Amino acid sequence: MTGKTLYDKIWDSHLVTQRADGTSLIYIDRHLIHEVTSPQAFAGLREAGRNLWRADANFATPDHNIPTTTEERLQGLEGIKDPVSKIQVKTLDDNCREFGIFELEMNDPRQGIVHVIGPEQGATLPGMTIVCGDSHTATHGALGALAHGIGTSEVEHVLATQCLMQKKMKNMLVQVDGELQPGITAKDIVLAIIGKIGTAGGTGYTVEFAGEAIRSLSIEGRMTVCNMVIEAGARAGLIAVDQTTLDYIKGRPLAPVDELWDRAEAQWRRLVSDDDARFDSVVKLDAAQIAPQVTWGTSPEMVVPVNARVPDPELEPDATRRSGMEQALEYMGLDGGKPIINIKLDCVFIGSCTNSRIEDLRAAARIVEGKSVAKNVELAIVVPGSGLVKAQAEAEGLDKIFTAAGLEWREPGCSMCLAMNADQLGEGKHCASTSNRNFEGRQGFGGRTHLVSPAMAAAAAIHGHFVDIRDLGS
Amino acid sequence: MRKFSVETGVVLPLDRANVDTDFIIPKQFLKSIKRSGFGVNLFDEHRYMDRGEPDSDNSQRPLNKSFVLNQARYQDARVLLARENFGCGSSREHAPWALDDYGFRAIIAPSYADIFFNNCFKNGLLPIVINKEIVSRLFEEVVATEGYQLSIDLAQQTITTPSGEAIPFTVDDFRKNCLLKGLDDIGITLQDADLIKGFEQQWRDQSPWYFGAE
Repeated sequence: MTGKTLYDKIWDSHLVTQRADGTSLIYIDRHLIHEVTSPQAFAGLREAGRNLWRADANFATPDHNIPTTTEERLQGLEGIKDPVSKIQVKTLDDNCREFGIFELEMNDPRQGIVHVIGPEQGATLPGMTIVCGDSHTATHGALGALAHGIGTSEVEHVLATQCLMQKKMKNMLVQVDGELQPGITAKDIVLAIIGKIGTAGGTGYTVEFAGEAIRSLSIEGRMTVCNMVIEAGARAGLIAVDQTTLDYIKGRPLAPVDELWDRAEAQWRRLVSDDDARFDSVVKLDAAQIAPQVTWGTSPEMVVPVNARVPDPELEPDATRRSGMEQALEYMGLDGGKPIINIKLDCVFIGSCTNSRIEDLRAAARIVEGKSVAKNVELAIVVPGSGLVKAQAEAEGLDKIFTAAGLEWREPGCSMCLAMNADQLGEGKHCASTSNRNFEGRQGFGGRTHLVSPAMAAAAAIHGHFVDIRDLGS
Repeated sequence: MRKFSVETGVVLPLDRANVDTDFIIPKQFLKSIKRSGFGVNLFDEHRYMDRGEPDSDNSQRPLNKSFVLNQARYQDARVLLARENFGCGSSREHAPWALDDYGFRAIIAPSYADIFFNNCFKNGLLPIVINKEIVSRLFEEVVATEGYQLSIDLAQQTITTPSGEAIPFTVDDFRKNCLLKGLDDIGITLQDADLIKGFEQQWRDQSPWYFGAE
């Protein structure tokens, strides 16, 4: 008998029942909730007269719509100027109160982006099945949990049944061997992977990330990698449990303690793929070959190394791809052949569920320390992923470094990653962003996003254009 | 859920790969706590020349006349013809809600993003997978023939072209049955409530750390 992959193991341990056609009911341990994709689900539950299956499996926080300036936040719900957003945030509070769901409300010191605070609070544990009405739920796979995004109908299904109806995905292994060059981060790894397999390369798969370069990442870095697996089309990414995982979890508020910890640890240590496990697809990358990555287009797969040029569509043989490139370049206001380092920037955004953790902020602060934001950069904001990340950064003096350099220091939330609140990229403006999507209009109507690592975004803020951080020599 | 049996209608060709969910429905419209009313903002950033807001009077907004949805020949389209990886990006169910609210009943494309594909079935919208060559041929036929309609028969699993050609497609049996009968997933799952309770008890005994204090 062949061995099992990590995905097989978590799937099998949560299988409630399987029908003849392969459709299965999978038990869900943790359901994360935010304000945007949940109101219709709660309304549906109410309209059908159904009960919440298990309140303690749910964990909620508002993050997408909330303002990030301190002045607005200090006013509580009244500080949300957009009346439609305010209703949505209030609706989450009301629903959580009505159904007895634990919520970290907007101004709780532990509030933050749901994918940052889940792990931070120990609401994310290895071996769990985790869902959330948000495609970046894949983030939690960094801790050896099977986690993926769902739609609002499924949110309602989980609230009512604690299960999801699913068919099992295929297994893909992405192995990143070798050692990264100095200055190369988890963000560069995952962008390079997306560039290699494409934005639909992982469709139909659960992707396990392995190899020396992945193992050597911190949990924060592993979260960055798993977070963006959806940009390669895969709903879930996974990384096997190791000592790094256990060290991260121990002592978190919702993690087990004492004898329960010992039992849990013994179980969690088995959350690795067997040596003889079979993967349906295997992709290998050499870490040493990965340069700092910058996206030039309107899909995360449109990515090149910083020392490269914007690709020329005329050299693309496939007609659909060529027209996609042409549309992207027109939207981005770029010409094929332009060196990436010559792209001038108007805005810098450091934040999002991809890159707003303490390690990300430290990396950015190191680059801007003692320097000033370039004159052509009109707006540079740093948005920590949670209240606890913010407090930690302030304890380390990072906020002072940012503000002294001319970057704004904000309150936690999703902010300009998807621009549902007032943090929006202007029309035609180029932004070096640590977020996860460069789709048309994603960061604001007509905005032009370039996805990069926190260090690359920080360096771009100082220089006013992209630079190869390997050349900075620090 | 609305039943799906046979749907016949005008085909709208959206000739673009990797259409993402921000393209289908921009984020500012996700602030609504309702499930309906998104159709008028479907493809908002391409359909209108200006930036729309939830409180905009859409009848007064300047249309992008070159965008396919605004062309007279494609008015009242019911079938959306698309390219690879349609619906990639976020999990927002507002994307199928917007397509449905506009009046689309089915989508035909070579491939879809997983979450979007799944979300369609929960809303009575049928996403059909057809190989790339046939999709390309359909694009040519649609563009060449004003008033081009396709008829989709879910029970027979066929798409019938104006010339009478029947193109077969495959669909998951469970999802097909739910669509044909308009079944509600939650109702189906709750028939297994005892199985879920049994599973939950043994899982709680085995891994109590996944359960909160009682």
